[in-house]
Amino acid sequence: MTPLTEKIAVEKKVLNENDRVAAGLRERFRKNGVYCINIISSPGAGKTALLERTLARFRPEERVAVLTGDIATDNDAKRMERFGFPVKQICTGGSCHVDAKMVERALENWDLSSLDLLVIENVGNLVCPASYDLGENEKVVVLSTTEGEDKPLKYPGTFFRATTLVINKIDLLPFVPFNIAVARDNARKVNPNIQILELSCTTGEGLDTWCTWLEKGVLA
Amino acid sequence: MHEMSIVTSVLDTARDEAAKHAGSRVSKIGLRIGEWSGVDRESIRFCFDALVSSDPRPPVLEIQFLPRQNLCTRCGELFLVKDFEIGCPACGFTPTKPVSGDEMDIAFLELEEA
Repeated sequence: MTPLTEKIAVEKKVLNENDRVAAGLRERFRKNGVYCINIISSPGAGKTALLERTLARFRPEERVAVLTGDIATDNDAKRMERFGFPVKQICTGGSCHVDAKMVERALENWDLSSLDLLVIENVGNLVCPASYDLGENEKVVVLSTTEGEDKPLKYPGTFFRATTLVINKIDLLPFVPFNIAVARDNARKVNPNIQILELSCTTGEGLDTWCTWLEKGVLA
Repeated sequence: MHEMSIVTSVLDTARDEAAKHAGSRVSKIGLRIGEWSGVDRESIRFCFDALVSSDPRPPVLEIQFLPRQNLCTRCGELFLVKDFEIGCPACGFTPTKPVSGDEMDIAFLELEEA
């Protein structure tokens, strides 16, 4: 006898549980006036360097904190702690991305009302982090000039969901085959509304514009 | 590779839904995966098979693939986006609005008597 089968419509996002936690985080950020950005890039594009340069420019009274995700080690947290702002390492333990629950856990004993800006540095990976909402205001993708200018086309999911693209290591442009105009075009093909900032963490060029961009977000 | 945690999440949801219908088991899971969702269908299948391997009557996995589609906000043309060309093929207007290709949804479940 064939068993009775019943088809039921579910219509749920696969990452329903992540999205639920992320919505809770977003509400907490909003209530406490915290502007949150989620920085995504491939390994070595310069996420940590960008954060170091940024933190070095902040006055000690600025209300800033960083969560930094890596599969293993707390090296990045150590690199950033010396600037005197609260930094917490999220060790994902093998997972290739930071998810909303990890952020929730990391923020457990934090008083969010004491913050204006929270930066989440995701695990170096251009694929998986894009699927996980963390309750952030903006996804920022960092692409460096030592990579291919076709990265936006190879990883459309990430570039499509990011609001802002930072092209890092522009001081190396004379020495690498990276064509920055093509990179810009590729990013806009995938995401016509993406905002593009260009900078070098080594020379400091473009960091003013980046900091103004951050400030605008915080004040909004 | 985040497909393992994605499939785990799918199976958790399926189990929760089945629990709402006493005496039933999940016989089929229907997913909807978009071209730009950032997940690979083959990896999904691989992880799914691994995760249900100890189940004597594992559910069947059905994946509906949705290509990237954009809608022209000027002339209303709905078209497949190929090679990231988002200009409207009918009237040339750009940019156009993404309407599908982002999905990562559980569309349906089939339950049968346990």
